[in-house]
Amino acid sequence: MTTTLIFEQLLNGLQFSMMLFLMSAGLTLIFGVMGLINLAHGVLYMVGAFACALIAGISGSFWLGLIASLVVAAMAGAIIEVGVIRRLYQRDHLDQVLATYALILIFSEATRWLFGAFPLYLDVPELLSKPISLFGFFDYSSYRLFIILIGVLVAVGLYLLISKTRLGMQIRAGESDREMIAALGVDIRTLYTLVFALGAGLAGLAGALLGAIQSVEVGMGDSVLILAFVVVVIGGIGSIKGAFIGALLVGIVDTMGRFLLPYLLSLVLPAESAASIGGALSSVAIYLLMAVILVVKPKGLVPAHA
Amino acid sequence: MLNLTREQLLNGAVVSTLLVLSALALFLDEPFYITLVTKVTILAMAGVGLNLALGLGGMVSFGHAAFFGIGGYVTGILASHALNEELLFTAFGFAVFGTTNMLFIWLFAVLISALAAALIGYFSLRTQGVYFIMITLAFAQMIYYFSIAWPAYGGEDGLSIYQRNQFFSINTLDPLSFFAICFSLLLAVIFLVSRLKNSHFGNALQAARQNEQRLAAVGIRPFGIKLTAFVISAMITALAGALFADLNRFVSPGMFSWHTSGEIMIFVLLGGVGRLFGPVIGAGLFILFEYYLGGVTEHWMLFLGVMLLTVVLFARGGIVGVLAGEVKHD
Repeated sequence: MTTTLIFEQLLNGLQFSMMLFLMSAGLTLIFGVMGLINLAHGVLYMVGAFACALIAGISGSFWLGLIASLVVAAMAGAIIEVGVIRRLYQRDHLDQVLATYALILIFSEATRWLFGAFPLYLDVPELLSKPISLFGFFDYSSYRLFIILIGVLVAVGLYLLISKTRLGMQIRAGESDREMIAALGVDIRTLYTLVFALGAGLAGLAGALLGAIQSVEVGMGDSVLILAFVVVVIGGIGSIKGAFIGALLVGIVDTMGRFLLPYLLSLVLPAESAASIGGALSSVAIYLLMAVILVVKPKGLVPAHA
Repeated sequence: MLNLTREQLLNGAVVSTLLVLSALALFLDEPFYITLVTKVTILAMAGVGLNLALGLGGMVSFGHAAFFGIGGYVTGILASHALNEELLFTAFGFAVFGTTNMLFIWLFAVLISALAAALIGYFSLRTQGVYFIMITLAFAQMIYYFSIAWPAYGGEDGLSIYQRNQFFSINTLDPLSFFAICFSLLLAVIFLVSRLKNSHFGNALQAARQNEQRLAAVGIRPFGIKLTAFVISAMITALAGALFADLNRFVSPGMFSWHTSGEIMIFVLLGGVGRLFGPVIGAGLFILFEYYLGGVTEHWMLFLGVMLLTVVLFARGGIVGVLAGEVKHD
């Protein structure tokens, strides 16, 4: 148990958090502005990863693929919004859950039809393939650091967008009073499509970034989707700040739990049962965290309309 | 002269269809079709359970896979202990081994899931709307990951049940006998739910769905009513899970996965939310899709998705809603 190991796990947790933030920022915006539960968000993550793998494969450039992931996922989001989602805003949550679940089935099967059941190949770009030395005493993957950087940049960008621009003002107004902002002459339909496409693009970007260190395959968005929901609910639905805090909590608790729990238990228990109990506990830790937070604060840590 | 509504006629037609299909399969000597009809019966029961919480109580639980899986795992664990003659636990000086008696298994499945539901419901019902959907999902996910990580009962690989469990002297391996057991249970459960629906409790529950403040104003606490309904709903779904485990003679963490919760919800929605026989029709359609379309193309899920989307967007009230019209209040 060395400090380098702990430090490395902390950075891994941070990287995981930033990926979760990219996913949950869109999810929470879409819920806050349109009042929609979007289960199809994980599908957009998958679309982004496939777009990146495909374009990077053809052009040979990861960076072109990354841009493609953002554009293709945002376009897919806009198409879904205009075709289906738009009809769901006035419906209850049950209809939204089922319709977006149907979208998962449709998109996953269509992707499997187009690309087959085998994972696609996507590699870390040349530029970031080597570890770099941090503070002179340990090496860390430069690609993972890059993901952390992107997450921080997106967080700052979203903060500026929401609090300093005209579009952000409209988004905030849309969250607090839909009818009023429509009455004031803002084209609410276009605004909704824009917000949805923005969220979709960020999910696609997350998918592409993670696709290079995990595998690009159908169903890759499922587990991430559930985690993103945990983040959004912990943070408070509709709050970007909440999503950021929630992502940090979930990412770090999950990573450190998997690493520390089996070790801590091995100090008091025999090695074999420590490994199995530690493994079981750490895999449920974040859900436990969410349940506890919801019991204490039923509207999440940072309620959007406080 | 019998005065039946269109929905009652439809319900009769659904029951007869299941019976005729199983008789036809017997006549054609195609036991596989009996198994298919049994699967519909069992999945329908899981849906009937969810429908009590969702349709009558307005509790959109995205975590009923937890109870379906608990029913399944109780069956698997009791049977595996009995078959391997391993001690399960000792209580009050009695050594408890598993059992292969279905009656006991059902009893345990239903009781344990009731405990789990009381716990999950107690915490979840403090939240509302999306938060309720998400917290029920989170509890189910917790059990799902626990079942994968816990190695004692097969972990990720699941657990096989080498013999189908016993029900008195009936040969449960005979497809028709097993179907008869499941079918009778389904009818019993639907009867129970229909009695509940028209009872004082059922009225209070539906009032809780429509307006909690008013219910509280007439002196009934909505929380207790909803929690009770949630627990009964979970017990029914767990019974279905126990039967499902016996049908496949196998349980796996997949029973706990959120896709299972999604599918149970699909049965309810396709049939018609809050309709007594809705889940039977929904589960029937689902299996029809899985087997017939699945035989034609491996991408049948795509078409299931399209159908589901069409029903949600254009046929509110599900198939029963389309065929039998709006809910009649009498």
